[in-house]
Amino acid sequence: MSRISRTWRSYPRIDSSEITPESVWLNRRNLMKTAAVAAGITAAGETVAQPKVLKDLNFSSAVANTPFKAGEDLTPYEAATTYNNFYEFGTDKSDPARYADAMTTDPWEIKVGGLVNKPGKLYLEDIVNGFDLEERIYRFRCVEAWSMVVPWIGFPLSKLLERFEPTSEGKFIEFKTLYRRSEMRGTRSFTSIIDWPYREGLRLDEAMHPLTLMTVGLYGKTLPNQSGAPLRLIVPWKYGFKNIKSIVEINVTDRQPKTSWQDLAPQEYGFYANVNPEVSHPRWSQAYERRLPSSLFNPNRVKTQMFNGYGEQVAGMYKGMDLANYY
Amino acid sequence: MSIPLDWNPALRVLVFLACLGPFVLLVNGVVSNSLGPDPAEHLMHITGEWVMRFMVLVLLATPLARHGWPRLARYRRMLGLYVWFYATVHLLVFAQVFIGWSGDQLVRELVDRPYVLVGFLAWLILVPLGITSVQTIRKRMGRYWRQLHKLTYVVAVLGWLHLFWLSRSDVGNAVLYGVIFGLLLLYRIRPIAKRVSFKLRS
Repeated sequence: MSRISRTWRSYPRIDSSEITPESVWLNRRNLMKTAAVAAGITAAGETVAQPKVLKDLNFSSAVANTPFKAGEDLTPYEAATTYNNFYEFGTDKSDPARYADAMTTDPWEIKVGGLVNKPGKLYLEDIVNGFDLEERIYRFRCVEAWSMVVPWIGFPLSKLLERFEPTSEGKFIEFKTLYRRSEMRGTRSFTSIIDWPYREGLRLDEAMHPLTLMTVGLYGKTLPNQSGAPLRLIVPWKYGFKNIKSIVEINVTDRQPKTSWQDLAPQEYGFYANVNPEVSHPRWSQAYERRLPSSLFNPNRVKTQMFNGYGEQVAGMYKGMDLANYY
Repeated sequence: MSIPLDWNPALRVLVFLACLGPFVLLVNGVVSNSLGPDPAEHLMHITGEWVMRFMVLVLLATPLARHGWPRLARYRRMLGLYVWFYATVHLLVFAQVFIGWSGDQLVRELVDRPYVLVGFLAWLILVPLGITSVQTIRKRMGRYWRQLHKLTYVVAVLGWLHLFWLSRSDVGNAVLYGVIFGLLLLYRIRPIAKRVSFKLRS
């Protein structure tokens, strides 16, 4: 307890007559940290309590001229973090940015089990500090025909899976999102027909692919809640809904897992959900996409590429499959 | 058709401007680029929503006019034309942002996506309804005008189907308009309307 009082004593004084602007208030934690370091105290025991305070991450930058770094212009941070689908917080694109801060992301634990030799748990500290973080600049293509280019920070999913040692019977990976009604207003909607929690899945070879990223941040900082804090999946050659957010459970299975959207409308959403301009969707043409930010008079419509432009790296996994059937 | 003497032209202008309000806000949003990173989606959503809202007002005007607010009947034509107006803006945004004014793309959309077909049909029906709203044409048409404008009910059903088909995981909006349209269309079935007016009078 003396540690806390010492921290407070060295906290820079703000005149009580002054009204503290929000930016300063939000910075308080950083000020405290600085003060603590100055007083010779490590900040190791500190936890990230305010979801809005995003931490800087240490990572190696994406290497140019590789599939890990898309050559296109980045989507502005503001657009990437205010225009999201995260139905747990509402179906409007602005709902996640508005309401996702209600979600507690610290403490956080992820159960890893199923067909693995070493089932166990991962904690928030493990996922931010336990892996070498890399930057990946990927195209992100939503099935709703809009797209972005985002600098994600994360580590290959294969690295995570290796720790838990999938057995030889393991053929698929199943993921689940947090389901906490008290913090997720979208899940409390009476007219929502999604069977929570949100579930997604990958084939084992897709999960082990070097492009598949367990993502903890974007734009150099930890993920804001609306982007799926603290841990989400990014599979750049698949439609956005495969990129499950705020993961709390990972299971290795021998059967193709049920996924939320496929469950809801199998004629619209397949298990594979590979970006494919040839396969039309009942709601949206997939031939083109709006690269955001877009505007009315400059819609920025671009042709959608097969496998979102990652065909060279991933097409081999689907050799011999009729992709019109396995959409 | 007698025009009530207490009909107030200033009020009429006010209602006209109020109905135009949502459109002005959208134009302002486009010009100031404040509709977010994907204005296309926003514009489609909002204009579609206003089509539905004006449809509700149109369908409400007659029953309300019959049961105590006779002056509302005078606004039915304006409201109907606003349905057409917002539906047209909806369609123009679709042409601009979703199909890039390509005829081939439009045909593909109509063939591939039933909800687009249904919405487009609804708009096509609104065209003759809008044109025949001109007073001189209306008078020349006599009793046929009334018959033609019964197509409003078909537009309502098609518009609702369009919305229902678009529902993904939350059917709240579709259910809401389904109930409202359902009640207002039920009212059009003569025996039911009679029973309602009987109850209101007694």
